[in-house]
Amino acid sequence: MTARITAAVAVRVLRQLRHDRRTAAMLLVLPCLILVLLWWMFRDQAGGFDSLGPPLLALIPFVVMFLVTSVTTLRERSSGTLERLLSMPTGKADLLGGYAIAFGAVAAVQSAAAVALCVWVLGLDVAGPVWMLVAVAVADAVLGSALGLYVSAFARTEFQAVQFMPLVVIPQILLCGLFIARDELPTVLHWVSDVLPLSYAVDAMSGVTGTASGTASGMVSGSVLGVDAQVWVDLAVVVGFTLAALGLGAATLRRRTA
Amino acid sequence: MTTLTDRSAAVAVRDLTVLRGGRRVLDSVSFEVPPAQVTGLLGPSGGGKTTLMRSIVGVQVIASGQVTVLGRPAGSRLLRDQVGYVTQAPSVYGDLTVIENLRFFARVLGVAAAEVERCIDVVDVRRHRNDPVARLSGGEQSRVSLAVALLGRPRLLVLDEPTVGLDPVLRRDLWAVFHQLAADGAAVLVSSHVMDEAERCDRLLLLREGRLLADEPPGTLLARTGTADVEGAFLALVEGRAR
Repeated sequence: MTARITAAVAVRVLRQLRHDRRTAAMLLVLPCLILVLLWWMFRDQAGGFDSLGPPLLALIPFVVMFLVTSVTTLRERSSGTLERLLSMPTGKADLLGGYAIAFGAVAAVQSAAAVALCVWVLGLDVAGPVWMLVAVAVADAVLGSALGLYVSAFARTEFQAVQFMPLVVIPQILLCGLFIARDELPTVLHWVSDVLPLSYAVDAMSGVTGTASGTASGMVSGSVLGVDAQVWVDLAVVVGFTLAALGLGAATLRRRTA
Repeated sequence: MTTLTDRSAAVAVRDLTVLRGGRRVLDSVSFEVPPAQVTGLLGPSGGGKTTLMRSIVGVQVIASGQVTVLGRPAGSRLLRDQVGYVTQAPSVYGDLTVIENLRFFARVLGVAAAEVERCIDVVDVRRHRNDPVARLSGGEQSRVSLAVALLGRPRLLVLDEPTVGLDPVLRRDLWAVFHQLAADGAAVLVSSHVMDEAERCDRLLLLREGRLLADEPPGTLLARTGTADVEGAFLALVEGRAR
């Protein structure tokens, strides 16, 4: 891994995004619009937004970055630029790191905007520190990027890449505790939800706001830096899934192909 | 010209066999590419030209044989800033401008910013410097892709059909560029399926159905086959084999 090359990749990805103003605007504005819609829906129901806002703050960066990364890396694979980069002194870690840094930065801006809106405009109740909401959202976004990067290896066209969304993302949304608390799921589905990364992302987010449902009340107690210890555990699980997905993604970047 | 040894050749290929989907795309191919010359790799589409070039660059899985580039096994880490490779499709970012593309690849290669300006001039795309590549014509896009391959003055250039779809004036200019690069000492390997480009090469490799039909300077090839042009020589060689 070379710092110069990793930075070059990150800057290039951000530059591409800057040229694509429509995508850049959607990345920033869309999450906010969805949150406003949610707030409006639950305006007359006490506590509704407080319990559904945090899962959505976890979900949106995850879904958006999954899509953006799977399409971007698929383009890189099919346009020949990936092959060119791998025939140059680029390391696989430079590519993965560059992408993770660039999309992590976008996610940070995106999440900061969404969190600021929720907390200071829509009046979301947050028990823990607000910065932790942004930190969890960034981790979720990088997780989405890592998974998108991995599945892009199995798609030949952008059409196929988009189809991976329902396959990889929707089951995780259904089982993450948004619709039914995870410990109220049928046993087998509860087990499944235990090995899906989004469950931990949502638990971490709900843990920060203090609206965690029964399951997330957790194995550990106490707090670190003003954040519930269980949130740190959930965050660590998300980071672990991210590293595993990046490792799988690296395995799909081959210098030599048949 | 004297016989080349592995040491002085830019590329030495020995008994290279490549299988793709069970098919023999290259069948026990051996040849050398000398430095400071333009070597043409000619033959019909589907004959294995691209696969051969990919093997030299080190991005192709090979079944057997050896490919040595600048004295090292193809694809070695130390070769990655010594070999410039241009694929048929322009491998540049369509949403970035010409200058942004070149600056990015220059940073990856660790070459100076002045080198970017030099390469822009070599392929004559200065007036499109700040245009997104996607808005350029096909020929202009492939020149930008070529400019990327020239960054840092690599000692070996592998160019896959770089002149396809270009008008005659541009084609002539690009061939002049290739010869200038060779005069500066680089080994230049250029593929084409257009036989009339053969006469512009110092040396020819004729490839058909994964086998090498000829490996010699154009003059020698014409004399040996008693033909007036490379197209005729190609036919003579193919039919001679059939007989």
